[in-house]
Amino acid sequence: MSSIGTGYDLSVTTFSPDGRVFQIEYATKAIDNSGTVVGIKCKDGVVMGVEKLIASKMLLEGSNRRIHSVDRHAGMAIAGLAADGRQIVARARAEAANYLTFYGEQIPTEELCNRVAYYVHLCTLYWWLRPYGSAAILAGYDRDGPQLYMIEPSGVAYRYFGAAVGKGRQAAKTEIEKLKLDQMTCREGVIAVAKIIYSVHDEAKDKAFELEMSWICDESNREHQRVPADLLAEAKAIAKAAQEEDMDAD
Amino acid sequence: MEEFGCEWNDAPHSMGTTIMAVQYEGGVILGADSRTTTGAYVANRASDKITELTDNVYICRSGSAADSQIVSDYSRYFLNQHTIQLGRDATVKTAANIVRELSYGNKSFLECGLIVAGWDKYENGSVYSIPLGGTILRLPFSTGGSGSSYLYGFLDQAWKDGMNKEEAEALVVKAVSLAMARDGSSGGVVRTVIIDSSGVTRNFYPGDKLPLYYEEIPYRPTVEPMSA
Amino acid sequence: MTGKQPYVGQALDSPHAFTLAPGPTKHTQYPYVTGTSVLGIKYKDGVLIAADTAGSYGSTVRYKSVERLKTCGKHCLIGASGEISDFQQILSYVDKLILNDYMWDDGNNLSPRDIHNYLTRIMYNKRNSFDPLWNTLVIGGVKNGEKYLGVVTMIGVHYEDNHVASGFGNHLARPIFRDEWHENMTLEEGIQLLEKALTVLFYRDRSAINKVQVANITAEGINISEPYALKTNWDYKAFKNPTAGAVGSW
Repeated sequence: MSSIGTGYDLSVTTFSPDGRVFQIEYATKAIDNSGTVVGIKCKDGVVMGVEKLIASKMLLEGSNRRIHSVDRHAGMAIAGLAADGRQIVARARAEAANYLTFYGEQIPTEELCNRVAYYVHLCTLYWWLRPYGSAAILAGYDRDGPQLYMIEPSGVAYRYFGAAVGKGRQAAKTEIEKLKLDQMTCREGVIAVAKIIYSVHDEAKDKAFELEMSWICDESNREHQRVPADLLAEAKAIAKAAQEEDMDAD
Repeated sequence: MEEFGCEWNDAPHSMGTTIMAVQYEGGVILGADSRTTTGAYVANRASDKITELTDNVYICRSGSAADSQIVSDYSRYFLNQHTIQLGRDATVKTAANIVRELSYGNKSFLECGLIVAGWDKYENGSVYSIPLGGTILRLPFSTGGSGSSYLYGFLDQAWKDGMNKEEAEALVVKAVSLAMARDGSSGGVVRTVIIDSSGVTRNFYPGDKLPLYYEEIPYRPTVEPMSA
Repeated sequence: MTGKQPYVGQALDSPHAFTLAPGPTKHTQYPYVTGTSVLGIKYKDGVLIAADTAGSYGSTVRYKSVERLKTCGKHCLIGASGEISDFQQILSYVDKLILNDYMWDDGNNLSPRDIHNYLTRIMYNKRNSFDPLWNTLVIGGVKNGEKYLGVVTMIGVHYEDNHVASGFGNHLARPIFRDEWHENMTLEEGIQLLEKALTVLFYRDRSAINKVQVANITAEGINISEPYALKTNWDYKAFKNPTAGAVGSW
């Protein structure tokens, strides 16, 4: 790490001579070490999946969620520091609620993304703040259809067809690119995402994980919901089977 | 209350009015008379009570002219910001909700009844009634102002669903002119605003070209001298 | 009172400069658009709540399609009489409450009792700031096999009962309920009882109209009927010929 010891990496309000803000890059590192988070936009909605690494076998299943609802029509999956992510979600919820009371309509996903990105960016502008160590994948369904965004600690946000962050992002992105997203339903998408999460998980090296999944699509009545238990179980079974097949092939 | 009366503060407000808006298949028609009064005196006989909020949403104002102006001015300000922020036109629902917010939140200070109507790509035409207390109701058509009391019976009978633009505008002009014929606080000209996907059209129906109703007579030059 | 009455905007050098006019601050002084009675009864399988769809403006029946029965969450329904704008505001509060509960996604939902209690606090708090929400609310629902029916008024008075009514209904409907209600009414009997009371209200409450909705809340869910008209009866002999045997002007 070329930045270490140069003195330019301690403050978020000091640029390095070559024009970088190292604190933001370190925040990105926190995300790169996290379990993989994947989101894809299918023809009828968005599916998100998280490889939630389990720190201890004594943890209760389903705890330490990384996918949260922001409103009925929007949800977020968090990569990186889970606690930072909750703060981002809290802000997103406040923005959504505020928009609804003032304008009498649900916040458009794009506007929600802009407002959250603006907020995240604020934390890169003051010496007494630290950037968020999380990236948020935002799924929403409004009158202009389903949309998928990702907000990074720098405050940039882009709209995606498919997004992946965390440890296995490179492999996951390669897999997403192979999918025919515009022909795929969310029901199929759930299985595809489960397969990707299982395939990028390194059982030898990584900790145990729990697959956490949500969707927002016509089937979920355009509400952000956890993927129904039976479909999730089916997806897991298919993903595991596919993985074993791969191993046999090797 | 001898020397320093505060009657000016409690004095009656102006703009006894007839306003209305109608939704038709492709958009909306707003209509209003043009009389503004201070007590019995007609302060303005050609006022415009149909005010622009955004490119695609207009508002009909009744009650206190000052109150309805401030509500529509604030609404226009918020909607301008909102339109820029979103990079697209505000929906009629959003416009109406902002008006409701102001109307409801300041109900003890305001004395105005409003009708918000316009066109957006999601709902096509829509009409929202926001009477005195800040209730908001979406309706296929709505009337307001002092003149509306004379119109309930007529519109309950004459209204029909699925009118085209011409039928809808004819109904608006007929209704407003009927009210003007009976309501002393309404009069002057009839103004209409038509909003649909293609934009906004304003029409003007001068007071001497309006239809005549019961016991009204047309203009006739004096034919015989009084002396004859 | 002797002495001079100050007024806003009086000259600055006046002894009364910018003192406030005497008297309390006034907020909601009277209602504008109002709904009349709401009726509610428990029956064998759940709770029934009924109201007409009028929105009165003084003595004018200005609006005839105002829905005054609204579901909130999975198990509960609110019926409102009084100021419609205040009811709309209350609904936005309740929607926010329900949304926040939904976003926890913990498999738990607010019960009708929870919502009644919440509304109780809202109403009482507003009346204590001398700015009451001008409504009587009827809250009904079924959760965990428990039927619930309660009322809260604009000054925060609240109670539960087997049958309830607001406004004119207290005088015209509840006496009928006291005579005819029993714990094991069937759905048909319950609806008949409500329709009977609504008909009396239509006859004797000038603000009531003959266009009503009845909501049925059971463990299975909530069903609000489309507005429908009641059968009314005008063929008493004495109605057709009111002066027979009693000649006079009345």
